[in-house]
Amino acid sequence: MRPEVKHLLSITDLGRDEIEEVLHTAASFEAIGEREIKKVPTLRGRTVVNLFYENSTRTRVSFEIAAKRLSADVINVSSSASSVEKGESLRDTAKTLRALGADAIVLRHPASGAPALLARFTDAVVINAGDGSHEHPTQALLDMYTVQKHFGSLEGLRIGIIGDIAHSRVARSGALGFSRMGARVFVIAPPTMIPVGVRAFGCTELTELDPVLGQLDVVYLLRLQRERHREPLLPSEHEFWATYGLTRERLVRLKDDAVVMHPGPMNRGVEIDWDAAESSATLVEAQVSAGVAVRMALIYLLMGGQATAEVA
Amino acid sequence: MTTLKARVMEPDDFRRATTRVAHEIVERNQGASDVVLVGIRTGGDLWAGRIATEIERIEGKRPPIGSLDITLYRDDIAQRGPLPVERTEVPDLNGRVAVLVDDVFFTGRTVRAALDAINDLGRPRAIQLAVLVDRGHRELPMRADYVGKNLPTSARENVRVLFEEIDGSDGVEIHEPPRSAAEGQ
Repeated sequence: MRPEVKHLLSITDLGRDEIEEVLHTAASFEAIGEREIKKVPTLRGRTVVNLFYENSTRTRVSFEIAAKRLSADVINVSSSASSVEKGESLRDTAKTLRALGADAIVLRHPASGAPALLARFTDAVVINAGDGSHEHPTQALLDMYTVQKHFGSLEGLRIGIIGDIAHSRVARSGALGFSRMGARVFVIAPPTMIPVGVRAFGCTELTELDPVLGQLDVVYLLRLQRERHREPLLPSEHEFWATYGLTRERLVRLKDDAVVMHPGPMNRGVEIDWDAAESSATLVEAQVSAGVAVRMALIYLLMGGQATAEVA
Repeated sequence: MTTLKARVMEPDDFRRATTRVAHEIVERNQGASDVVLVGIRTGGDLWAGRIATEIERIEGKRPPIGSLDITLYRDDIAQRGPLPVERTEVPDLNGRVAVLVDDVFFTGRTVRAALDAINDLGRPRAIQLAVLVDRGHRELPMRADYVGKNLPTSARENVRVLFEEIDGSDGVEIHEPPRSAAEGQ
């Protein structure tokens, strides 16, 4: 990691070499999760705060396990059980946490850009665990790890990200990350769900799934983020299912070695068929277990050398 | 950049030292049936492979070998920053004799970290230490069970162990940094 990379706010904070460094380190960390004693003493005495302003099980637990396996102390703060409910600003919460000795803050926030704001007020390491419809860089890293582990490399793979692109921070970070690693990314969605300027991420936009389905190496499905829709974007869920859902019929038309991914939580019958979700082509469980190793790698690379970075 | 001060082991010296250490391991443990060689990355794991080959020649059976990355157990991560971490692959150690193998024995901090790492990997019946070069300057109370070569050095010199597969030929060299600012192995 270049010393100027202090935080992970966006996947674009990392160059290709740095993404490779994270993925390579994660491979070494994955073995720790397979041992009887799943813990190393590396970050003894350091404190990681999980500051979550939105509900999350998967991501929060994954970060918590990752930090604990590195022997850091972990404190979970959720907005509903904190002074946030009493009207405290993000800035004051951050200052309080720093004063209490937080070395890193893992932030999930409904507002896009909140982690970048936080990074300006604190000298703790800030890791974006999902901000609004903006980015979810650690999800992108674990997805890249999962795909690279499965295929050996990301170079030249055809990856289709399908569904509610406009509201998906997973799609944004994923598209940016996958293209940075040399994959060819297609974003496939109803026109109302394709954000303006998506080509700037280095992807191809399509409004139909069927013409490219048989060419995709990775079929990456997204949930419809209804909680972020301010107006109806679809005639009906059924319409979405008929055109973009991974139905049983579409599943059999995939390339033989194609894989299906989903960041969770899955809505079976909306974007993915019940059986398709259970099919051997899905890497959903691999994604979840990669999450811990990838987050360990990232926490290690960002926090491991903090003392030197400050002195030097 | 450092400059070469002396070449202190040639391929033949390297081979003889390895053979002797292999014999000593076999003698001390009355054979090698319980022995697992655990090489500390990187260098120790390469030398462990050589020792295993010698033990196989003597005993007719190659002992299992593992490679251990001790980076996550170092006591200076905060000062040095996050060093690259490689995979640790160590066979079952429970009830076996683990022979830790390192190329250069210096302050003892690497070995201390390796002992901690082994503690998290299993419970060997005994742990022994084999080093190719003991250059002195210990900072912790430790000694090696098997030593390829005792090499008196000054703390500012660097000892470099060369392996055929990486450097073209086996050997040990002493390098000297220009003026001050010496950092050890």
